[in-house]
Amino acid sequence: MTRVEITGIGLHPFGRFDGVSVTDMGVIAVRQALADAGNPTFQAAFCGTAYSGVAAGHKVLGAIARTGMPIVNIEAGCASGAAALALAAGAIRAGQYDTVLVFGIEKMPRGIIRSSFFEPWREQAGLAATPSYFALRAQRLLRESGLTKNDLAQVCVKNRAHGALNPDAMFRSPVTVESVLASRIVCDPLHLWMLCSPNEGAAAVVLRSATAPRITLRSAVLRSHLPGSVLGEATPLAGIDDTDITPPSTLAATDAYAQAGVGPQELDLVECQDTDAARELLAWEELGLCAKGAQPGRLRDGVHALGGPCPVNVSGGLLSKGEPLGASALGQVVEIVRQLRGDAGARQVPGARLGLAHTVGRGANASAVIISR
Amino acid sequence: MPRRSIEPNAFELRDSTCALHGGYSPTSQKFHFPRQPVCPYTGVDDVVPVELSANGALWGWTVVTSAPPGYVGPVPFGFGVVELAQEQLRIVSRIQIDDPGAVQFGDPMELCADVVGHDDDGTDVVTWAFRRVDS
Repeated sequence: MTRVEITGIGLHPFGRFDGVSVTDMGVIAVRQALADAGNPTFQAAFCGTAYSGVAAGHKVLGAIARTGMPIVNIEAGCASGAAALALAAGAIRAGQYDTVLVFGIEKMPRGIIRSSFFEPWREQAGLAATPSYFALRAQRLLRESGLTKNDLAQVCVKNRAHGALNPDAMFRSPVTVESVLASRIVCDPLHLWMLCSPNEGAAAVVLRSATAPRITLRSAVLRSHLPGSVLGEATPLAGIDDTDITPPSTLAATDAYAQAGVGPQELDLVECQDTDAARELLAWEELGLCAKGAQPGRLRDGVHALGGPCPVNVSGGLLSKGEPLGASALGQVVEIVRQLRGDAGARQVPGARLGLAHTVGRGANASAVIISR
Repeated sequence: MPRRSIEPNAFELRDSTCALHGGYSPTSQKFHFPRQPVCPYTGVDDVVPVELSANGALWGWTVVTSAPPGYVGPVPFGFGVVELAQEQLRIVSRIQIDDPGAVQFGDPMELCADVVGHDDDGTDVVTWAFRRVDS
């Protein structure tokens, strides 16, 4: 049976790089991934990006004279890179291609993310500010789970401690609960340091069909939202009781576990969407890592910190790396492959064999990617 | 001063009151907002127009402390969700507070008009908001 192997990874670090174009960053990540894979011929390329404009992937591959094959540019919000990966993996499984290049690139405007998703009147009315939706979701989580603002700050402390060990992270200094709570309030209960920074970067992977892969892409799933939840990532203007509405992250994770034939308790590490500190805690339950409301005990016991049984965001997460939308999901994949190869240096999860990468955002789009060695 | 609704399909300004326009699908037995030709929860196309309740309970809120892109109104401003009991509908709205500690979950809220900008000719641009009933 054909399996999908990840044979090469490449990364342009995430951060702010004045004078470096999104094409430049893509070239660096793509050449690294191709070199890592032994410079194979590839029959197709899929590029995830949301803000890079028309034919952005063509510009990257044009700059290194690697065109002629189909190049498909894909937008799926925060899951754009995972959407590219899912399409590439599906094409390999279907026997359409043997080797495929997948990359994600982004150079985000500074500040709160502006999106053509919203009608101008919604922006004018103040009903389109994405962090304010994050804040309502965080407030609801605190109200329903017994978590506190201190717990939100503790997520930042955990991820920034991990990020301090990642040379490719944007923020590499550890923080304390006190310093997080001393950063300015953007929209209560969220302080500035509890929110990730939109930024710039690129990531790339090479996939190929293989019968005995070293690093296996077990599943790559993209799902959208079901209607009805007022605080969902679809950011509607109204909603209904959402008690029985399954969130898109759970839809994606459930499919990904089923396709991979594994369960959440078998995971050695997880990279998840910590757009804000509360988003990570929600992801823990949406991905099945813990029962609803079990986050306080897990935080206290360090279950999801480096050294615990299932570290989450050992790369430092979006809170340390920032979020270049199109590159973000593939940056998570690069981190998991490094961990599975034992190449993660000071943040290595000992003996890591199985990892999951998760994104959720505009659309709504959610992705879950499972990789093993 | 002349004034206009920011989005007349969703929000109607009257002489001394205002109203939110939603839809109801008898088949799906669900209300929605703003009104759409098709029920956004089930895809059924038997939507009838309804005027939504002007009173509800505070279900979520925050205070936004810096102006988001495209926003020209005052800062800080309240943002949140009000639950309309009769329609079992949660509405995203501006909330007339500038301190998140000034209100509590479940507080009784009422619909009001809120000026968020001005056209070039000076016309007030007005959107919907909710305020606490006793405020």
